Amino acid sequence: MESGKNYLVGIYDDEDVMLNAVKQVRESGVKIHEVFTPFPVHGLEDALGYRRSRLPIAAFLFGLTGTTLALTMMFYMMGFDWPMNIGGKDFAPLPTFIPVTFEMTVLLSAFGMVGTFFVVSNLKPYGKPKIFDIRSTDDKHVMAIDLAKNHLSSEEITGILNQSGASEVNTKNFD
Amino acid sequence: MTDEKFEFTGDLKKKLGIFLIVGIIAVVLGIILINTGGHHGEEHAGGHGTEHVAEAAGHDTGGHEEHGAVWLKRVKANLWINNVFFAGLGLIGVFFVAIQYVAQAGWSAPIKRVAEPFGYWLPIAGGLMLVLFFWAGHDIFHWTHSYLYNEFLEDGSPNPDYDHIIAGKTWYLGVPFYLGRMIGFFAVWFMMFLAIRKQSLLEDIHGGDQYWRKMVKLSAIFIVFFAVSSSMAAWDWVMSIDTHWFSTMFGWYVFASWWVAGLASITLLILFLKGRGYLKMVNSNHLHDLGKFIWAFSIFWTYIWFSQFLLIYYANIPEESVYFVERMSSAQYRPVFFINLILNFFLPFLLLMTRDAKRHAIFLKLVCIIIIFGHWLDFYLMVTPGVMKENGGFGFLELGLLVVFASIFIFVIFSQLAKTPLVAKNHPMMEESLHHHI
Repeated sequence: MESGKNYLVGIYDDEDVMLNAVKQVRESGVKIHEVFTPFPVHGLEDALGYRRSRLPIAAFLFGLTGTTLALTMMFYMMGFDWPMNIGGKDFAPLPTFIPVTFEMTVLLSAFGMVGTFFVVSNLKPYGKPKIFDIRSTDDKHVMAIDLAKNHLSSEEITGILNQSGASEVNTKNFD
Repeated sequence: MTDEKFEFTGDLKKKLGIFLIVGIIAVVLGIILINTGGHHGEEHAGGHGTEHVAEAAGHDTGGHEEHGAVWLKRVKANLWINNVFFAGLGLIGVFFVAIQYVAQAGWSAPIKRVAEPFGYWLPIAGGLMLVLFFWAGHDIFHWTHSYLYNEFLEDGSPNPDYDHIIAGKTWYLGVPFYLGRMIGFFAVWFMMFLAIRKQSLLEDIHGGDQYWRKMVKLSAIFIVFFAVSSSMAAWDWVMSIDTHWFSTMFGWYVFASWWVAGLASITLLILFLKGRGYLKMVNSNHLHDLGKFIWAFSIFWTYIWFSQFLLIYYANIPEESVYFVERMSSAQYRPVFFINLILNFFLPFLLLMTRDAKRHAIFLKLVCIIIIFGHWLDFYLMVTPGVMKENGGFGFLELGLLVVFASIFIFVIFSQLAKTPLVAKNHPMMEESLHHHI
């Protein structure tokens, strides 16, 4: 066996076959590392038994940061640092701050989510995303299985994948 | 597909009867309380702050204004608030169904029958509104007084009560045109509703998608009419109370309030039916979509509310800002003003934000009740300061009348709901809806 991380990669031509295969493979006790599909497949997350993404929580926290930052900034500038009389309003008129606060909330929430997604998907600078099979961006459904995390041998798993309808089974090694 | 039918049991009728009686008792209690001690204190407390406001509002303090019994005026104002609010809920039921057809939505197939009976409230609301206008019009609408419109008295001397701003609106606020609009709107809404309803029931018997196609067409026509009429209804029934004041956002504002309250009512009714064992095919995915609707349109209402507020606040033109001065700078309306925002924005926004909250009946129920009450309070805040000025209040009378209206409204909805199967079994998108998954 080669050094580094070794994966078995099952290629499927059809999403229904793949969805069934995910269930079969998991039932036979094999842990699936990840499945890559060219388009969203309904019910795949459930079939893989994923927990729900915590991205919404991150989005909320980023948004809250934006709200706080915007309000602090404006109250400090307009209320303390350089009070200005604009249209005879108070020095810290809350209603006029709301649009900016809203924008900052949305901005930081959106940036935060994109950033989090990049980091989680290993698309960060100098990160090397693992590409198991380039055809997953075209027309193939790709199922990756981490051999180190499974007690079954490579041959046994290959057998299971072939039985579940994979059109081909390859090995993939990442250093 | 089951042929289940909602059964309006005697037990439910009894409960509604008890609610009705409790409401009536509260109304009577409220009237007694207004006429004894409690009220005077209120008037003094609030009076000082708002006296100048009443004057700023212009000619409302003119000598001709009949200062009848305060309690009677308050009853009239509250009848109007409730009638406009519940008329809106009835209308939104039809609008909801129409939207589902125009959008050709599949997910809502099993719940659209729940929204349909709302339309049967429209003729009742229309009739009541007509009666109320004749009985209470002078108390609620300042512009109905004919002495405002003549620049000169009969002997040729200038009319001290002449109001050239209101006189300039004669063409729109004339009573015949006004009543024509009111009757016309209710008539068209109800007729369009009956046409949609007829197709829906025919589909149950015969099946096939020709009824669905017909409903798409009818719904599209209804929505075009609704877009214009709901906005004009908002000017007529609510905005014209503060006759001098105007806001170009007002049609949207009232619509947003009706729409989110209507969505909450439909959802609450679905949850109630599910709680009693009906609508088995409505699962947490459908609830999730309804929850998203409610959450999103709570924000939409806030957006409209704030857009109206910010421009008036920032420009600070007296004839515009008087509307918010009346509501924010007076002892009796200031708390309501902020409670309105908390109930209709902060609570739904935070409580319904997570996915789990939208998928669980208990959270959704809580938020629905908050929103329905909150938007009723919104209408209270639109109407009362304009009608009652500094004599307004909030007590048993207001809550009691809400309970009275709600129990009659629910009675009408339930009895119509019991007449037809609860699920449109031949809806062409039923199969899609059963597999709805988000």
